[in-house]
Amino acid sequence: MTSRTFLRTAAALTLVPLLAGVAHAQNALDDIVAKKLLVVAIPTDSAPYGFVGTDLKPQGLDIDTAELIGAKLGVKVELVPVTSANRIPYLQTKKADLVISTLGKNPEREKVIDFTIAYSPFFQAIFGPKDLVVKAPADLAGKTIGVTRGAMEDQEVGKIAPPGLDIKRFEDMNGTVSAYAAGQVQLMGVGASVAGNFMAKNPQVSTEFKILLKESPNYIGVAKGEDKLRLKVNEIIGAAKASGELNKLALKWLGRPLGDLPS
Amino acid sequence: MIITFDFPAVLAEWPLLAKGVAATIGLTAVSASVGVTLGVACAWARLHGAPWLRTLVGAYVELIRNTPFIVQLFFLFFGLPGIGIKLSPEVASMLAMVVNLGAYAAEIVRAGIATTPRGQIEAAQSLALTDMQVFTRVVLPPALQRVWPALVSQIIIVMLGSAVCGQISTPELSYAANLIQSRNFRAFESFIVATLVYLALAMLLRRLLTWAGPRFIFGH
Repeated sequence: MTSRTFLRTAAALTLVPLLAGVAHAQNALDDIVAKKLLVVAIPTDSAPYGFVGTDLKPQGLDIDTAELIGAKLGVKVELVPVTSANRIPYLQTKKADLVISTLGKNPEREKVIDFTIAYSPFFQAIFGPKDLVVKAPADLAGKTIGVTRGAMEDQEVGKIAPPGLDIKRFEDMNGTVSAYAAGQVQLMGVGASVAGNFMAKNPQVSTEFKILLKESPNYIGVAKGEDKLRLKVNEIIGAAKASGELNKLALKWLGRPLGDLPS
Repeated sequence: MIITFDFPAVLAEWPLLAKGVAATIGLTAVSASVGVTLGVACAWARLHGAPWLRTLVGAYVELIRNTPFIVQLFFLFFGLPGIGIKLSPEVASMLAMVVNLGAYAAEIVRAGIATTPRGQIEAAQSLALTDMQVFTRVVLPPALQRVWPALVSQIIIVMLGSAVCGQISTPELSYAANLIQSRNFRAFESFIVATLVYLALAMLLRRLLTWAGPRFIFGH
């Protein structure tokens, strides 16, 4: 390929997304009602929020929340499995109407997508073996820690990391947990549910809670500017909180009540 | 909705991208040189080795060529610690690429060797060259010359395949692009930049190898 054809190919490549993006307007809710189909991005690597059951179907708190919203809207729900790293691109590229995927709210994310009110509690922390002394962030120096790229833990660990902490980033929660289980990293920064699930299944690896990274309730993500859809979902969540339906889901999957969630 | 591009947001992270490019080039350089050497050794073993060696090398080639690269990589990184062998992400990636390229290169080189005219070998033998001399001086150089374009393509495929090494946290180019887009959510821009860099790397590598092959590897 000559350098001129290279430049032409490059120019053509950059134009493709431009053309593809022209047709959209802010009418996701109308589209959902018209098609009778709600496409929801869900996790399959974050038990008990979203995981694959023995029948190979996704299940968990996030999936039940998606079904609840679908039922209230009177439409069918299509579940799309996503990872921490690609869930926001799914929303930006309209491959999903909603992201219900243990999504925490932070200013960087608020720049590119909108959030509904919170629907479930969550916190992230650093976990590690019992015989490794880690009490304060300074103890992390010289250690290796696995996190999931693009997840909240990645940013939070970055904030408290002392020089000399080796941060290894993996594509999804399974990668992070596998690396920890295999001893490829000494510590892991993950959500409490992932760690709890891991500890229950792998008692031979004596794992314990080390440092709290962040209390971060989960929100539902909607594409930027889809206010009609966002307000409708807010209304549904508000009603489900009041009626105790969300509390029932929290008890079923997390074994703890919903608690006070920011609205 | 017209998508607005924000390339400066991605290009501002150039140190990350530069490190990624360096890692990709490093992985490719090692896997290409060691992998092709391994391939030549395996090709020789499959044609001239003892029966047990032929079976062993044959099994290696079939195992690697019939399983996905990412599975081989995960086996090295997540599997081997089970028997006490812990490899760093970089070493596991390098080893996976060498082993992968070695198997494909073995078959490509073997094809080149198999087409050597019988008379050429007999002529060399009648000049009292040893078997090793016949192989390294008479058979191998023209064989490599015949299959060089195919080998170069395979090396480029392995270089592009290094993109999955980011999955085990090797900080190569795709890892850098993914990390940047997970920080600023500029997925289009990140991957467009990564695409163009891969394209440029692949074209440069092809030119380099096409130029270097006849001069340094099977030169006359």
